[in-house]
Amino acid sequence: MEMLIALGIGALAGSGVWLILRPRTFQVIIGLSLLSYSVNLFILAMGRLRLDAPPVLAVRAAGDPAQFADPLPQALVLTAIVISFATTALFLVVLLVSRGLTGTDHVDGREPES
Amino acid sequence: MSHLSDQLMIAPVVLPLLAGAVMLALGGERRRNVNAALNVVSTFVLVGVAIALLRTADAAPTGVMGVYRLGNWPAPFAIVLVVDRLSALMLLLTSLLAAAAVVFSLARWHRVGVLFHPLFQFLLMGINGAFLTGDLFNLFVFFEVLLAASYGLALYGSGLTRVKAGLHYIVINLAASLLFLIGVSLIYGVSGTLNMADLAARIPAIRAEDRALLEAGAGILGIAFLVKAGMWPLCFWLPPTYAAASPPVASIFAILTKVGAYILLRLWLLLFGNDAGASAQFGGEWLLLGGMATIAFGAIGSLAAQDMARLAAFSVLVSSGTVLAATGLGQVDVTSGALFYLISSTLGLGAFFLLIELVERGREPGADVLAVTREAYGEDDEMEDAEEVGIAIPATMGVLGLAFLVCALVISGLPPLSGFIAKFALLTAALNPPAGGSGVSGAAWAFLVVLILSGLASLIAMTRAGIRAFWASPDRTVPRVRLIEMAPVVILLILCAMQTIEAGPIMRFMQATAQSLHAPQDYVRGVLGATAQRPTASVGGT
Repeated sequence: MEMLIALGIGALAGSGVWLILRPRTFQVIIGLSLLSYSVNLFILAMGRLRLDAPPVLAVRAAGDPAQFADPLPQALVLTAIVISFATTALFLVVLLVSRGLTGTDHVDGREPES
Repeated sequence: MSHLSDQLMIAPVVLPLLAGAVMLALGGERRRNVNAALNVVSTFVLVGVAIALLRTADAAPTGVMGVYRLGNWPAPFAIVLVVDRLSALMLLLTSLLAAAAVVFSLARWHRVGVLFHPLFQFLLMGINGAFLTGDLFNLFVFFEVLLAASYGLALYGSGLTRVKAGLHYIVINLAASLLFLIGVSLIYGVSGTLNMADLAARIPAIRAEDRALLEAGAGILGIAFLVKAGMWPLCFWLPPTYAAASPPVASIFAILTKVGAYILLRLWLLLFGNDAGASAQFGGEWLLLGGMATIAFGAIGSLAAQDMARLAAFSVLVSSGTVLAATGLGQVDVTSGALFYLISSTLGLGAFFLLIELVERGREPGADVLAVTREAYGEDDEMEDAEEVGIAIPATMGVLGLAFLVCALVISGLPPLSGFIAKFALLTAALNPPAGGSGVSGAAWAFLVVLILSGLASLIAMTRAGIRAFWASPDRTVPRVRLIEMAPVVILLILCAMQTIEAGPIMRFMQATAQSLHAPQDYVRGVLGATAQRPTASVGGT
């Protein structure tokens, strides 16, 4: 499973980096989304990967942290998802405004002279 | 500690949040005057709160005024807010700058777009939270709050240049936030804690095989802050954004780069100070080199700048580079000089951004660019000389010119104002290393040269801009400047002058601050050892 997660993070981050270096705003926003997915997976992996372990203490099993998945990274991921979702939405608005004002979807607001 | 002063610690976060929320609940843009009044009241109350916190923090024997534990959970397990000398000082600086910007905006800028006042309050909440928090992830949340508000404010007033610059600003900061998350989670994965004080206590005991991961995490985290602080080569987004932002916004943005510099100063000295075992001083040379490169880039940029707003934006880079390089030198006295410089340059730049708009108001747009082109191509305009003789400078122009002169003195660091004292303190400390060291290092000499040259460059650039604006444009109309617009500029500059007059006590305060930053045991003990039961004060988490 470690290998699968690592490959997933690598593929998402690689595609994301490639996309945010592209000249079109739509590519940039997709790139940022992919990057944020890979970062979310990475945070989860930093809490150590556990299978079938509950994230919070159950009623009768309190006292032995070894039986539980680390809940903290899950809380962090939740916050990170909300924040990146909100900022991406905001970026989408700016993207549309820029498209409307400049008439092009190039990130510099004008087509490169060829 | 009384109950009230306990709650005072969280006021800098809760007050702007409530004020912003009430503004939105009252109907946002439809009640602009109510919003404006709320904004002014809240900002001025924040000044008072910051002064109270600063006084208490300075009176406390360890410099740590108190630790506010949200929900009264013990420190390493839950979020804490910490007030010590440095954070109280930064709170005061923020609120003073904010008060000037908000009063300035009342004259006309708050009518240019929508929702200026709520966004402004949310920005203040984010900045104050970032200064107060004692927890890495909470720092991320406050950073995002301030960034989200700053996206709105950078675009405030709309227009093509703002949208273009804002687009880049948003993309770069989103990418930096992702780096921030990677760094934080790496550090958590290695050390198992996010509390800064707990982290500082655990770092010396990290196993050797995990150390590389920890340092990689810290390095990635550092890059995220350096993007915000505008270190070269991570700073190309800064000049267009700051130059395009509306004046009150640009003025409060002058503190944003200092948020990055503050976090670096605090975290680096806390986590990688002399007690950090094998990781002590990790990355210090990068701060020093990067800081000096930033100063050089900012100085060259300000010489090349064709209008005042860009000149001011490049001066922001110089100022933030100076603080970073001084941090990287890692000496107590240099740090205290850097703090003094930080206050002086931020106030000066805040005033300058406001002043620019007043000066530019009387000139047709693009006048500067034309003038520079004329200079460059040697196209002289001698014929105007005859008419220039004997034009009386009206009172408005006199006041504006005087304020510009004071700004130039503060920013380029000439006597008799605070900029000079700050640079003098920095250089004296850098050239007088503590006894037992190996003499003055090459780094200190390089720092001296770069700092002096950058002062010269900014003096040349400011003089050129000033001559062009005040002496060499006979056809200009005198701008109509209202008292409410001039007063904030003058008050910020008077604060710079006060900093000069009261330099002794202020320097003593900075020394104490720098000492507790370089010896963070009190901070760690203050956060982790605060186990006494206090009345529960719960505030919703994130």
